[in-house]
Amino acid sequence: MGIIKAAKLAFDYLKLDENGNVESKQRAVDGVDLEVEAGDFIAILGHNGSGKSTLAKHINAILLPSEGALWVDGKDTQDESKLWEIRQTAGMVFQNPDNQIIGTIVDEDVGFGPENMGVPRDEIWERVEKSLRAVGMWEYRSHSPNKLSGGQKQRVAIAGVVAMKPKCIVLDEPTAMLDPNGRKEVIRTVHELNQKEHVTVILITHYMEEVIDADRVIVMDAGKIVMQGTPHEVFGRVEELKSWRLDVPQATLVTHDLRERGFDLRPDILSNEELVEELVAYRAAHAQEEGTARVHQD
Amino acid sequence: MSIRIEHLNYTYSDGTVFEQHALKDISLELPDGQFIGIIGHTGSGKSTLIQHLNGLLKATSGTIYYNGENIYAEGYSMKQLRGKVGLVFQYPEYQLFETDVFTDVCFGPKNLGLGQEEIERRAADALKMVGLGEEYYKVSPFELSGGQKRRAAIAGILAMEPEVLVLDEPTAGLDPRGRDDILDQVALLHRERRITVVLVSHSMEDVARYVERIIVMNQGEVLYDDEPKKVFRHYKELEAVGLAAPQEIYLMNELAELGWDVDTDAATAAEAAESIARCLERRGPC
Amino acid sequence: MLREITLGQYYPTDSVIHKLDPRVKLAGTLVFIISLFAFGKIEAYLVATLFLASVIKISKVPFKFMIKGLRAIIMLLMITVIFNLFLVSGTVVVKFWIFQITVEGIKTAVSMAVRLIYLIIGSSVMTLTTTPNDLTDGLEKALSPLKKLHVPIHEIAMMMSIALRFIPILLEETDKIMKAQQARGADFESGNLLQRAKNMVPLLVPLFISAFRRANDLAMAMEARGYHGGEGRTKMRPLEYKGRDRAAYLILLAYFLVMLAVSRLNLVETALFSALGW
Repeated sequence: MGIIKAAKLAFDYLKLDENGNVESKQRAVDGVDLEVEAGDFIAILGHNGSGKSTLAKHINAILLPSEGALWVDGKDTQDESKLWEIRQTAGMVFQNPDNQIIGTIVDEDVGFGPENMGVPRDEIWERVEKSLRAVGMWEYRSHSPNKLSGGQKQRVAIAGVVAMKPKCIVLDEPTAMLDPNGRKEVIRTVHELNQKEHVTVILITHYMEEVIDADRVIVMDAGKIVMQGTPHEVFGRVEELKSWRLDVPQATLVTHDLRERGFDLRPDILSNEELVEELVAYRAAHAQEEGTARVHQD
Repeated sequence: MSIRIEHLNYTYSDGTVFEQHALKDISLELPDGQFIGIIGHTGSGKSTLIQHLNGLLKATSGTIYYNGENIYAEGYSMKQLRGKVGLVFQYPEYQLFETDVFTDVCFGPKNLGLGQEEIERRAADALKMVGLGEEYYKVSPFELSGGQKRRAAIAGILAMEPEVLVLDEPTAGLDPRGRDDILDQVALLHRERRITVVLVSHSMEDVARYVERIIVMNQGEVLYDDEPKKVFRHYKELEAVGLAAPQEIYLMNELAELGWDVDTDAATAAEAAESIARCLERRGPC
Repeated sequence: MLREITLGQYYPTDSVIHKLDPRVKLAGTLVFIISLFAFGKIEAYLVATLFLASVIKISKVPFKFMIKGLRAIIMLLMITVIFNLFLVSGTVVVKFWIFQITVEGIKTAVSMAVRLIYLIIGSSVMTLTTTPNDLTDGLEKALSPLKKLHVPIHEIAMMMSIALRFIPILLEETDKIMKAQQARGADFESGNLLQRAKNMVPLLVPLFISAFRRANDLAMAMEARGYHGGEGRTKMRPLEYKGRDRAAYLILLAYFLVMLAVSRLNLVETALFSALGW
């Protein structure tokens, strides 16, 4: 079993009337099957209301399934006795950097998780230092979070989760409120954690440019998984992505446009580098073809 | 001649330890009917600048003329100015406070001291402009979706029927669908009503498709002020200040460096594809 | 304007005062304030001044930060001084029309002013050199005997520290919402009291909604990071008295004894008054 496994997971948001009776139900996650292997970098892409955040909150047992089940490192999230183990295994970073920093000083905030877990003091300090160094915020350890930029705050929040030594980190739209520089900072940090510390990453976002380096991309819509595969596989299907009204990398769009004009380029191009390489190769091949054609004429 | 800014300086917390020179000698002219993008990253002074346009911040030195009148002159009505220059803040949905959408949108025109009939006409008109139909009038603003909330909040400004509409990061936090909806709506508004629109953003790509002029701000100064095409030619300098030109610009420049005869000003996927296709069709060396 | 509030604004630097146990600083502030109000003699004020000045010097916090807190009480200060100056009866020094200034009036006015100013500066020293978390930790530990009476000390301390963290954020937010509503023509400054209160609705409703949303988010984030109350929690900065803390207590005791001793003397006052011929 992978580190995270969901089977026919479904979740209903209930709207209650004044007497606490169920007035209406809204299905936010609808029969999701998912398996994530340890060490993977998974990106979940989708619109607001597609169910991606609701799914994420199940991994940390903040929400429990209405139907189906979810296991984190083999533990069923509905098993209440395992609750704190699960939250320690799967850490969570949220969207608004201000609303998840508890400490009034950076290092105090990073130590909050380990304190809750009852980690001995010396080890807390070791973990705080290691996590802050891992996200490149060690120099800011005695700063007030209020004085940091959005990207820095978010990196502190990530360090706070890393200090709990989770096997898996779920990031729920960590860049939605940041500017482009902050976004890059955060995504770079997350990739480093994945590569150096081998932490499993589940990144939830609606920014397409943040998912192209993931191992696997999952596209959600209306609570269901509608597309799944490597970034090359998923972004090669431009029309389908457009139908979900999701963004496509610019290089992919240009490629798509050129293909529609009858140029037989690879469909799964994601970056400028790939496109330039493909165009150069295409022209070389074309010139050769022409050359051979000319030889035949002779 | 709508808005003229002359040698504007602004210093935060003047004379304290937190003193910060946020705007340095800004001179700009924003003529009637233009669609302008102001680009800069956080702390570049772009938000500070636009708060001067409707008098929410008062310049430390320098002058602003609205239709030729000095807004800092004695007796100039800031309240009137705020009706003329509509400023939509970042995350405007956080200002919604009334019990239903329609009443909330009425707040602005009511403050202008208009008659009830006129207030309601404007509110209805504004809601129509942002694509919220009558079925939403009596809905609590807090029950709308994120994108709808934002549109309701923008309607709250539009209902004052401003001559200039300034939007600070109107797409922040929205998904691609919400982002396109808002920007398309704003572009439509500009086309149909011919009002001046100032779009503040940190994303070149978002604004490049819409605006006719880009003002790039950096460290409280105007770095570039030109039509998008010409601004993008400085893509290397833009990168140095933490901004980026649209991806296509990089693609086209890379190809040009390889000796391809492509249009290095192509800033959208369609333009880029068109230019590359022409180059490929020409066969032979291009 | 809102960002200038000093209260709860920690000034990070490295000094002995910063390193002291928060309980020492709490006790110190308390002793200092008591000493100000218990001993109303010029000698005592001189000693208090000396003491306060040395603590500020050692704390390495720039003096201008210390006096920032005074801005908030400047009105209160003026009123206190004026009332005392004119309304205390006794030996008249100056008299014009219906006003008279007495020796006793000057004495009480000056001493009230000094007390208020020192009180604010003294507590600023504490808040500027102690992180709010340390402060709440100190309170939590100092009040921990109350736990036996089932007073939820840990929860109260946690709430205080969260409040301190969110005060600057909410102030900034207030500023933002105010501006946004002003852009819609809202007026927060004119009108009578009732009107003004009514005009606050467009500010207060969004502010409350935002505060609730933040509280909700924060609760979720705390739970996600394994918070489940004070039980089984360790502390990364546990409060343990060290040598310097014991030394600080001794200095504090010495200060109090000196204050007690000098206030018995009456040398300066007598000398000064005889010189002035009062």
